[in-house]
Amino acid sequence: MRLERRASVPWTLAVSTPFVAIAVALALSAMLILAAGVNPLLAYVEILRGSLGSRLAVTETLTRAVPLVLTGLAVAVAFRARFWNIGGEGQFYLGALSVAWVGHNLISGLPPAIGIAVLIVVGMVAGALLLSGPAYLRLRFGVDEVVTTLLMNFIVILFVGLMIEGPLRDPLAFGWPQSVPVDKAYRLPDLIPNTRLHIGLLIALTIAGIIWLLLARTVFGMEARALGLNARAAEFAGVSLPRTIIGVALLSGGLAGLAGVIEVTGVTGGVTTTMSPGFGYAGIVVAMLAALHPAGVVAAAVFVATIFVGADAMSRATGVPSFIADVIVALALLTMLVALLFSSYRIRR
Amino acid sequence: MSTVLRLDRITKRFGGVTANDDVTLKLKEGEILALLGENGAGKTTLMNILFGHYAADEGTVKVFGKTLPPGRPRAAIKAGVGMVHQHFTLAGNLSVLDNVMLGSEPLLRAKSRCEEGRARLLALSEQFGLTVDPDARVLGLSIGERQRVEILKALYRDARILILDEPTAVLARPEAHRLFDTLRSMTRQGLSIIFISHKLNEVMAASDRITILREGRIMAERTPTETSSDELAELMVGCRVTRPKREAHAIGPPRLVAEDVTVHLDGKPMLKGVSFTVHAGEILGIVGVSGNGQVALGALLSGVAAPETGRLTLEGREIGGQGPRAFIAEGVGRIPEDRHAEGVVGELSVWENGVLEHLATPEFSTHGFVRRGVARCHAADLIKRFDVRGATPEMRIRLLSGGNIQKLILGRVLAAAPKVIIANQPTRGLDEGAIAAVHGELLSAREAGAATILISEDLEEAVGLSDRLQAIVGGRLSQPVAAERADSRRLGLMMAGVWEELGDAA
Amino acid sequence: MIESLDLLFSASLWAAVLRIATPLIFGVLGALLCERSGVLNLGIEGVMTMGAMSGWLSVFLGSDLWTGLLIAAAAGALIGLLHALLTVPLGLSQHVSGLGITLFASALAYYLYRLIVTVGESPPTIDPFRPLDIPILSDLPFLGPVLFVQTAPTYLALIAVAVIAYVLARTPLGLAIRMTGENPHTVESQGLDPALIRIGCVMAGSALMALGGAFLTTAAFNSFFPEMVQGRGWICIALVVFSSWRPGKALLGALLFAFFDAYQLRLQTVVEGVPYQLFLMAPYILSIVALILVARRAQVPAALMTPYRRGER
Repeated sequence: MRLERRASVPWTLAVSTPFVAIAVALALSAMLILAAGVNPLLAYVEILRGSLGSRLAVTETLTRAVPLVLTGLAVAVAFRARFWNIGGEGQFYLGALSVAWVGHNLISGLPPAIGIAVLIVVGMVAGALLLSGPAYLRLRFGVDEVVTTLLMNFIVILFVGLMIEGPLRDPLAFGWPQSVPVDKAYRLPDLIPNTRLHIGLLIALTIAGIIWLLLARTVFGMEARALGLNARAAEFAGVSLPRTIIGVALLSGGLAGLAGVIEVTGVTGGVTTTMSPGFGYAGIVVAMLAALHPAGVVAAAVFVATIFVGADAMSRATGVPSFIADVIVALALLTMLVALLFSSYRIRR
Repeated sequence: MSTVLRLDRITKRFGGVTANDDVTLKLKEGEILALLGENGAGKTTLMNILFGHYAADEGTVKVFGKTLPPGRPRAAIKAGVGMVHQHFTLAGNLSVLDNVMLGSEPLLRAKSRCEEGRARLLALSEQFGLTVDPDARVLGLSIGERQRVEILKALYRDARILILDEPTAVLARPEAHRLFDTLRSMTRQGLSIIFISHKLNEVMAASDRITILREGRIMAERTPTETSSDELAELMVGCRVTRPKREAHAIGPPRLVAEDVTVHLDGKPMLKGVSFTVHAGEILGIVGVSGNGQVALGALLSGVAAPETGRLTLEGREIGGQGPRAFIAEGVGRIPEDRHAEGVVGELSVWENGVLEHLATPEFSTHGFVRRGVARCHAADLIKRFDVRGATPEMRIRLLSGGNIQKLILGRVLAAAPKVIIANQPTRGLDEGAIAAVHGELLSAREAGAATILISEDLEEAVGLSDRLQAIVGGRLSQPVAAERADSRRLGLMMAGVWEELGDAA
Repeated sequence: MIESLDLLFSASLWAAVLRIATPLIFGVLGALLCERSGVLNLGIEGVMTMGAMSGWLSVFLGSDLWTGLLIAAAAGALIGLLHALLTVPLGLSQHVSGLGITLFASALAYYLYRLIVTVGESPPTIDPFRPLDIPILSDLPFLGPVLFVQTAPTYLALIAVAVIAYVLARTPLGLAIRMTGENPHTVESQGLDPALIRIGCVMAGSALMALGGAFLTTAAFNSFFPEMVQGRGWICIALVVFSSWRPGKALLGALLFAFFDAYQLRLQTVVEGVPYQLFLMAPYILSIVALILVARRAQVPAALMTPYRRGER
């Protein structure tokens, strides 16, 4: 009996792989819930109840999923080309901050639709520019982008702190460090009245569709994929490594920056240094659970949002620390990695 | 003479492929046994089983009468087996002494006994005439020196049986002679040796006994006195596929011209002032022992590396260093040396690999979108025209055999009707049938007026296909010689770098 | 201006340098050991968090400080084992696995902490390592208060540098580790098991990283709180590159880094009108600058991040 590489992975197996991975992650996390003296099944039911149990809960979960779709796409685009953008968190914040700045009074008087479009462009450019730094350092000096993008996260969050305690401070926030809010005219309209769910959901879904088209159907998508799979052969075939990496970086940074835009204009209005519960890092999990596929990213983002939103309610109901959500999600990433590996092999007797 | 090594009925399968089929082999004390066979005949697999890198599915290995446990290199080393791999397993960043001493001491010893190790290494190199500097970094050594380190490594571990996998593949002829002299002196000191080879003349010259392996099976056993090169060739290859022959025809104007070009790789000069001219309808062969600058030459001619100094021109226009895309656009078709690492992206489909080079052209994309239908038809076309067996446009290309991948690459190049073809080791590792097909295609491209540069380590191939030949030695090119005047003595001298006394140009 | 220069000659600055350097020394040594054997360990941030939590928690629950360090090291080694299993026998991407390990280990640490310590107003504290105040030596002018009034783990970190440097350079085991990072096939052909060597190095390296985390909660501070590692792990990854994978230079790098950090902390109190965030950014910016400076010259272990599979070459 031994393992043998499959010629191709049947689509049924490819689709079921994340479910198996999630099941294993839940089974492992169950042991930790047991350690808290709570029946894991009960805890999981509470998580589902908290995130999907009511109309309001569902809208909360979807609201949480919106930025995750975008940061997940950002990671998927980058990882496909083996460009390790771990800086989604920083790009998210810079996108958010630039929008608060521009959206507060710089563009007053524009029609709302145009104003929002301007803000989207501003935030995407901010994220893209931020990531172009590490991309340039990699191309010019051979500096590994993993460490630079990670370190940039810390720098950006400190920068955000500096701005919202200084020039962009909201004078009406009673000493609470918060940025000036985006002009009310440029907030994203609600999708369902009296909930927090806003049309950012539709924007995110549209973007996911566009990214799928870009990756699967265009010259750029194919070249980026070839570069990720075998950089030497791709370069030999005339794919320009610098051009493609810069393109990928701009796109990836832009998507993460867009996540910040949507969160500010859709939910928070202003920027605080705690507004992201790790959207950038969770984007890595989302992208990996989706096997870097744009359609999968949407599903994976909803899953991760379900766990996070439900965990708070579950924690209140059972006393299990809500950090269990982070454990489940991180474990799902690791089990997915292993499951992906095994799904590309089969057992031969 | 007693038997020191016995392989008994070894069978090894990889997936559906049987690499070794019921192989039985004996080695006597003080003997040099040659294991002769084509690429893919199962020689290396057999030796890896003997050394414990692989475990055999069936059969046993006995050394000095004792059966070795399968799959345990350490047991083989302890029993006195030393192996010199074809691709040296040395660490370039470490010193010679480090490389030799690795694994020779108990791991948990509190201090490495470097001084004893150094003395021992020097004594061994004295005893067998294998000079090395123990403190030199391996990265700075020549190929020949590295081979010496590999051999010393085995001797340092008290090897009584030495296995050398294609030891002359990387050596120039005088170095090869020196190696065989060394091996002979080792057998006089009681060592027994197996060397793997596919070169008939060296097998005839340097061994006591020859075992011929074909398709994983032992075909025959001969001594050099009772056989001839012709017989060995037939035993090795089976029915002989005739390779197509070059026919004389008129050549056209100069196409690709290099003038005094120097190329640096990783900051080191790897090509030093090379010049050549290749004309339309001509094949220029670049021959030489591997590691003499072929990699840099290949990189230059495929557009990956830029010339540091000098000019590379195509029909008079400067083209050097403008990147692969410019080369493709100017009509340079390139067949890379390493088809898996550079030629194709294994995880992409056949059709994607078929068009990757020409993706940005209007033929295969509009407004940045890939014309997938056209691309698939193109791939189907290539598969049919170039007889890529077992391929469909949708399958991942890594599932194809090396020969079929090569045919697809060749097809990709030729379908674009290139002005210039760069063929870098185009038949390395292919079987005879595939070789004949590749040669046929290259020759018909020559008929059609393409200017071809053929970089090859296979002399027979280079002489058979080329109109003119130049040797590459230490990053320099010799003067060209017409193929008709390239006898084996002249080529041997050229490849050893002895050009001045030839004193002629074609 | 004069004040900021005066700072340079205060013993308290230099004592702080050693203190701030300690977790970095552990971390950078751990990362160096992993990478020398050919495995990039981006789990470092999570491993340090886990070390900080488990060391603190065991002391909080009643064990003595040294047992706390031991437990932290063991926890680190266990997480290291997980990373090693994923990247060595399974050959998964070292980047992605490492990030997953960081997310997992941090989450697990916070979760376990919250299991024992429920949400309160301020985090509970323990009695941490005290400065040793070595007799006679600590009375030396300047050198005394800098070198001889540190906590015990700081000395442990300095000893660890010497031990790792010696093992790598002078013992057969060290040679085998270096060779595994350069060319695992060589190691295999000499009858050693490169997979085992890599697993061992990742476990030992992770134990060291965890000690660096534990220093934060048992010596530098006396409590555990989320986000307390603050990217020190990532800085260590940068420092390994900066040190060209040499333990001696790694020590120097950690000290240099700690110096800037300690100096900026003190500058904050002297220089007015500059937002404190700019000072806090300095370490991260410095790490990036360090990476740029050495990137082209760095002598990377040749087989770093190359998964090793038997019989494949």
